[in-house]
Amino acid sequence: MAKKLNIKDKYRLLTRDLDWEYSYEDRKEAFPFEEFEGIKITDWSKWEDPFRLTMDSYWKYQAEKEKKLYAIFDAFSQNNGHLNVSDPRYVNALKLFLTGVSPLEYQAYQGFAHVGRQFGGVGARVACQMQAIDELRHVQTQIHAMSHYNKFFDGFQDYSHMHDRVWYLSVPKSFFNDARAAGPFEFMVAIGFSFEYVLTNLLFVPFMSGAAHNGDMATVTFGFSAQSDEARHMTLGLEVIKFLLEQHEDNVPIVQKWIDKWFWRGSRLLTIVAMMMDYMLPNKVMSWKEAWEVYFEEAGGALFKDLARYGIKMPKYAETIEKEKEHISHQAWWTFYTHGHAAGFHTWIPTDEELDWLSEKYPDTFDKYYRPRWELAKEMEAKGERFYTKALPQLCTTCQIPMLFTEMDDPTLNSFRDTVHNGERYHFCSDGCKDIFEDEPEKYVQSWLPVHQIFQGNCGGPDVENVLSDFYRMNLGEDNMDMKGSPDEKRWKQWKGVA
Amino acid sequence: MPVHAMTPDYKGEVLDRLENFHGNQVVYVGWDHHLMFCAAFAYPVPPEMPFTALLNEVMPDAFGMHGEFEKINWEKAEWLLDGQPFIPQLDVSLADQGIAHKSLLRFQTPELTGFKGAGV
Amino acid sequence: MSKVYIALQDNDESRYIVEAIEEDNPEATIIHMPAMIRIEMEGRLTVNRETVEEKMGRDWDVQELHLNLITLGGNVDEDDDSLSLHWNE
Repeated sequence: MAKKLNIKDKYRLLTRDLDWEYSYEDRKEAFPFEEFEGIKITDWSKWEDPFRLTMDSYWKYQAEKEKKLYAIFDAFSQNNGHLNVSDPRYVNALKLFLTGVSPLEYQAYQGFAHVGRQFGGVGARVACQMQAIDELRHVQTQIHAMSHYNKFFDGFQDYSHMHDRVWYLSVPKSFFNDARAAGPFEFMVAIGFSFEYVLTNLLFVPFMSGAAHNGDMATVTFGFSAQSDEARHMTLGLEVIKFLLEQHEDNVPIVQKWIDKWFWRGSRLLTIVAMMMDYMLPNKVMSWKEAWEVYFEEAGGALFKDLARYGIKMPKYAETIEKEKEHISHQAWWTFYTHGHAAGFHTWIPTDEELDWLSEKYPDTFDKYYRPRWELAKEMEAKGERFYTKALPQLCTTCQIPMLFTEMDDPTLNSFRDTVHNGERYHFCSDGCKDIFEDEPEKYVQSWLPVHQIFQGNCGGPDVENVLSDFYRMNLGEDNMDMKGSPDEKRWKQWKGVA
Repeated sequence: MPVHAMTPDYKGEVLDRLENFHGNQVVYVGWDHHLMFCAAFAYPVPPEMPFTALLNEVMPDAFGMHGEFEKINWEKAEWLLDGQPFIPQLDVSLADQGIAHKSLLRFQTPELTGFKGAGV
Repeated sequence: MSKVYIALQDNDESRYIVEAIEEDNPEATIIHMPAMIRIEMEGRLTVNRETVEEKMGRDWDVQELHLNLITLGGNVDEDDDSLSLHWNE
């Protein structure tokens, strides 16, 4: 009997003969995206894939993961699992997930399929192909998991349409568009490394653990199932960085600039996850600040110490990012609360116990800066004047988030930055977003800023209500407004037999 | 480099140029240290609108929800236009006093410290 | 020295894997969280096939780890007999 191949040999055989010399075609024409970013690759054969997963094992393990996952979805649905969640408010985090995150999985699929074609090295192509298939699996399993909630709650019905149009969803959408519009190496540093290695952990690990803690077995299962692929993606991300840095010293400053850019963009994008952790999980696992310390500061710190031998430094603005962990979840939830009429999910004032939990977790900032906002909201609500803001906010040109962030040395003052390019003025929430614009203004002058698009008449109208109902396809009075008095809340009370 | 693109001399389409706003320009107005409003507001207004109309007709709807708004002594309020100290001329049009497309106006009311004095 | 980490889904298979990790890496810290188990260790952490097989009482392929894996931090080194994580400092 033939000896069983070990995994190193198997992997070598998998990638053997998948590449060849170009004898009669120009290699540059076969890989047209490989050079314009300035990255120098001298030897693709130095690419190492530590997992050495071959296609046969890939299909075998992925099929097993799927079987487990769908068995749980079936059980969840047959057992009316939605009735076992801690509190119906929790379901709003899933609405945000389905409209804001799941479509990014699809964008990641498109992005990896593209770069998987464009890299000249066969190892990189195989890894990107597997990751593209993984990402497609993630979007599909997420849609399946949440289709159960769509039968019982508002706000899940039109996630894909909403992702393309709704004002706050332009934030995640434009983040991925930016990465996909870049060259293949920047895409890998943006998504493969910065996003997958450090940032998705914050969404798929502590938040998913939180889903379990709130009785949502369907979500925690798709989350962890996706994340099991993510461990492979993270390893790919790290290998990409090491490979680029080892190939040529000229790659170091280019990679550093991309790291600076994408860690900043990623930390801005995660503002939404910060708010989901601190405000949208009724049963708490850990605060955003604690999660940030474990997964960004500790894990990211170890990573950058490891990369120091190549001359790579911690991302620029790391000090600002460290201070912001005390603030951003509170600033974001207040923004959504005050724009609750224009959101595709429900918002609410935290309960007294939740306010106390926030004080305990954020002793230096919550009572001083954020509790007063909720006291104001309570006063207004008690008078029957639940606060909904009446005008549209100024947006940051780069991250597209309303300019809600404040100066870290003066947390009651909004942070404003601007620059003039070819006679046009552009506004930013931060030095990070401003620097990104100034490096490539011709890219970001094309930002599709939802507020400006409404003013230009490109989103229907004439009133904001028409934009919400016709252009965004929100069911007004059902999907939006406060949790209190919502159809979601009424149905929940009926199911539970509470008056 | 204006952009790292495959195409030489790549130029992006400026989506927010003035002529796309059908006769309006965008003006942002923010009230410093009053974070009941999470961000500055964006208003599409005609460049020929006098400042007094912005102050008395446009701003009160949204800003007026704050309990301190009606207590503002506008003669003492301090303004910044695109980061520079600015004294508005009430009867002059926005455009004629340098408030351009996508200009940011901020006003400060040091005697009003926000809800519970917390900058809210 | 920096910590490497690995997180596994909290289920029956992981229980044996965690036991094996504890046995082979006595310095490791095991943290139980809702639905997951996080294991941290300074420097280097190794999962050995032999130890896992002994705990499970059956053959176990190192790549089966992917089925229960949630996340990890550190440079990965994998072959037929073990998977290890380490940081270069």
